[in-house]
Amino acid sequence: MSLAHSAATILAKELKTEFRSRELLGTTVIFVLIVLVLFSFTFNPTSSESRHFGPGLLWLAFLFAGSLMLQPSFLREQTNDTLAALRLAPIDPFSILAGKMAANFLFLLLVELILLPVFAVLYNVAILPVLPQLVLVLALGTIGLATTGTVFSAVAAQARLRELLLPLLLLPVLAPVLIASTEATAGILRDPSELSLVWLTFLCAFDVVFLTAAWLFGEYLLEE
Amino acid sequence: MALRSISLEIGAGECVALVGHNGSGKTTLLKITSLLARQSKGQIAFFLGDQELSAEAVKRHIGMVAHHTLVYDELTAEENLVFFAKLFRLSDPIARARQALEPVGLSRRANDMARTFSRGMRQRLAIARALLASPKLLLFDEPAAGLDPEGQHWLGSTLGKLHASGCTIIMSTHGRNETQASVTRAIRLDGGEITHDSGPSGDPYGVLAMAAVRETVEGDAR
Repeated sequence: MSLAHSAATILAKELKTEFRSRELLGTTVIFVLIVLVLFSFTFNPTSSESRHFGPGLLWLAFLFAGSLMLQPSFLREQTNDTLAALRLAPIDPFSILAGKMAANFLFLLLVELILLPVFAVLYNVAILPVLPQLVLVLALGTIGLATTGTVFSAVAAQARLRELLLPLLLLPVLAPVLIASTEATAGILRDPSELSLVWLTFLCAFDVVFLTAAWLFGEYLLEE
Repeated sequence: MALRSISLEIGAGECVALVGHNGSGKTTLLKITSLLARQSKGQIAFFLGDQELSAEAVKRHIGMVAHHTLVYDELTAEENLVFFAKLFRLSDPIARARQALEPVGLSRRANDMARTFSRGMRQRLAIARALLASPKLLLFDEPAAGLDPEGQHWLGSTLGKLHASGCTIIMSTHGRNETQASVTRAIRLDGGEITHDSGPSGDPYGVLAMAAVRETVEGDAR
């Protein structure tokens, strides 16, 4: 209960500071829009090609969004060493990570939901009939993105060359999420009834493993 | 290794000044005491009466003012304190935040963003944050750094009041300034080791004066 309360307090603070500045959300949406448009111009796919390649391009764009958006998660805490203030509070260290993971999950999901109609138009893909299934895959994939991204953001924030380090650490680790999310999305777009339980289970397992690791090693991840 | 062979017992109600030149280990000692850093060897224990406290319980009783302000620039002064009051699970966080802003003279700026504050005002907000949960142990890392003479005077009298109220205070300090008025014990660190300790009942001003003279001489030599 105490963990949930502190995580919720940190989540509320993250939302308040981001929605006050809208810096991160605005920049990421514009960046990913450019990526999607560039992909569309480069490949100029037909409708059937879009169903085949579209999901991969879409998840690559989300992955880029993640590596851009998750970077400041802990970097922001360095301005006035506010991470020290959080660590001085009598709270479970995992609640700091959990609050930030929840905030990053919501930010990423918001970006994805904004970009989904753009993807549908640019790539001529009908997403409305498969929206519930798609949202499920988006949610599971985004939990994986937000969880690993937040953990590696905490690690990278304390290193030199931190701006370069996060994508270098994050992108290889997220390859399984990229593959599973792409396959699950492609299956849904091919046939709405083809929601692959195998890939969904894989995504769930990935999320559980990283959440458990963050819970077990949270204290060490946040140490100087 | 930042600290070596440190063996120290600090009693309740002491006001301890840590002196020594840059890199002598003052900040590391404060970080270990606040549980922000972990020592590679040895142990640190906290007692409330005869009872040894757990790490989480200790954190409830520690207030820290560090080099940085430890407050969010994108939040107002009141929002900052309400946020930390919630993390400390204090009852009625808004009332506690307003109450904490009063003695530091920031009540009228409660709804202003911390980023609009001057260095002195930020330091006052940092002190309000540290005092929010009425800590029994206060750790100050060079609290007078960057403060003008008026700010130093205010800080000196605030430390005096806190010490008089029974708080244990450990602070790192440089040179001679008004924050040292309440000091009851002075410890000099050099190369991570304690070279002088006035002890709980000794005269701290001898150690403080010696440290100030040495800093002046070393400063002139440079």
